[in-house]
Amino acid sequence: MVATIGVLALQGAFTRHQATLERLGCQTVAVRYPRDLERLDGLVIPGGESGTISRQLDSSGLRQPIITFAGEKPVLGTCAGLIIMSRESAGSQVQGLDLLDLDVVRNGWGRQAHSFTSSLPVTLNGHSEELPAIFIRAPRITRVGQGVEVLAAIDGEPVLVRQGRHLGATFHPELTADTRIHQLFLRAVEE
Amino acid sequence: MAKETGSFEVKVGLAEMLKGGVIMDVTTVEQAQIAEQAGAVAVMALERIPADIRRDGGVARMSHPGMIKEIQAAVSIPVMAKCRIGHFAEAQILAALEVDFIDESEVLTPADEAHHIEKHRFKIPFVCGARDLGEALRRIGEGAAMIRTKGEAGSGNIVEAVRHMRSIQGTIRKLTVQDQSELMAVAKELGAPFSLVQQVAKIGKLPVPNFSAGGIATPADAALMMQLGAESVFVGSGIFKSEDPADRAQAIVAATTYFQDPAKLAAVSANLQGAMPGLEMSEIPAEERLQERGW
Repeated sequence: MVATIGVLALQGAFTRHQATLERLGCQTVAVRYPRDLERLDGLVIPGGESGTISRQLDSSGLRQPIITFAGEKPVLGTCAGLIIMSRESAGSQVQGLDLLDLDVVRNGWGRQAHSFTSSLPVTLNGHSEELPAIFIRAPRITRVGQGVEVLAAIDGEPVLVRQGRHLGATFHPELTADTRIHQLFLRAVEE
Repeated sequence: MAKETGSFEVKVGLAEMLKGGVIMDVTTVEQAQIAEQAGAVAVMALERIPADIRRDGGVARMSHPGMIKEIQAAVSIPVMAKCRIGHFAEAQILAALEVDFIDESEVLTPADEAHHIEKHRFKIPFVCGARDLGEALRRIGEGAAMIRTKGEAGSGNIVEAVRHMRSIQGTIRKLTVQDQSELMAVAKELGAPFSLVQQVAKIGKLPVPNFSAGGIATPADAALMMQLGAESVFVGSGIFKSEDPADRAQAIVAATTYFQDPAKLAAVSANLQGAMPGLEMSEIPAEERLQERGW
C-alpha cells in the first residue's frame, strides 16, 4: 500500500516535509481546504510561525475537521506543528488542538541567535540511537500529561513525544537528510 | 549536551520557516501588533518605510536600537531590521540586539560602494536583495541565508519585482539544461562563484529560500509573485500607506497561502479600500532608483 499523507500548507516548511515523505515512497497532498483531508492516511503539521498557522486554521475552516481527522488517523507535528497540537501554550497567539497533553512555551530557547543543532540520543526501536536535530526558535515543553511517552530529551527536557497514534517534535526532521522520524510516523500510519 | 548555534543550516532553517508567509514593514509598536494579529510571519522594524525615505531624502540609517527593542518586546514573531550595505558595525549592533534576521538593504544609504558585509562571520542570518542570478549568488557567497528580489522599494509598482524574479528564475532554468563545460563561462558572465553556479545548475533552484520584495501593494501583487516562484513576500510601504492597513494585511496573508485560487483572491480583495498610491517608473529618476544600490 502506498500511503497518502497530507501536509498542512497554510504557511511554513511544508514542501520540505513533502520531499521527505515522497523520498520514503508516499504520495503527498498539500492541505489548504477541509476537502483535502479526504482519503488521507495521516497528516503532518509543519514548522512555521505558529500564530500565523493557528489563525489560518480558523479562517480556512480546517480546525474542527483536523480534530475529527485526528480522532481516527495519526498526526505528526514539528516545532510550530507541535505547539498547535498541544493543549496549552503560555501567553500565546496560539489556540491548540489538544491532540497532545502538553504545556509548551513558544520560543522557549530564545530568539534566533539561540537556535541550535545537536546530536540527539533517541530510543526508537527499543535501542538508543543518535539523530541530527535542528532547533529553530524552538518551543520548550514544560509539562507532559499522563499517557505521553517521551522518546527523546535534551538536558532532561522532552523534545520528541508520542501520545497514542500522534507524534510531536520540537525540532525539524524535515530539514535534515535523516528520515527516521518520518519512518516512525509512517509505522503509526500503517497500523 | 553540545549545542551548536549560528551554523549556516540553522540560519537557512529560519528562512525555511518563513515560507508561504508575509513579512511586514512596521515603524511603531502599534503597527507591529496589527501585523502580528493579521498573521504576519515576521516584522521588519524600521524608522521610516521606503515610501517616506524616498520622499524625505537625506541619509537613511539603521533603525534606533530603542525602537527595535520596543517592537521585540511587543510581539512574539521574529523581528528583522535593516542595516546599510557594507555597514558591518550596524550589523554587529543589530546582532547584539538579537534581531532574528538582518536585511543588508539597498533601501538605506550604502556605507560602502564596493563591498557588502562578510556575512558568514555573523551568527544571525542575513537576507539581501538581488536583481539577477549573479547578484543573488554573490550575496549567497558572502553568507546570505535568504534572497529577495529588490523590486523598487516604496514605489507601489510591481513591475521591477517581476523583472527581477523573471530574470533569476529564467537564468536558473537555462542553467539546468546547459552542459557542464559551459558553466565556467556562465559564472564569468554572471560574476558569480563557480561552485554556486554548479550547484544551481544541478538542483534547479537557489540554494537558499527566494522571497520577493519591492512594490507589493495588493493581494493580487502577492499572488503574482508567488506564482512567478517567490516562496514568501515582503510588504513594505504597501500596508501602512494604504487606507485600510489591518484588512489589507490580512488579505495579503490569505493571498500568499491561496495564490493559486482566483476565487479566494477575489473574495479577500472584495472589500478593501484604496491601495497606496503608486509611482510609474519613469517618474523615478535613475539616480533615485534604490535597486541600483548593491554590487
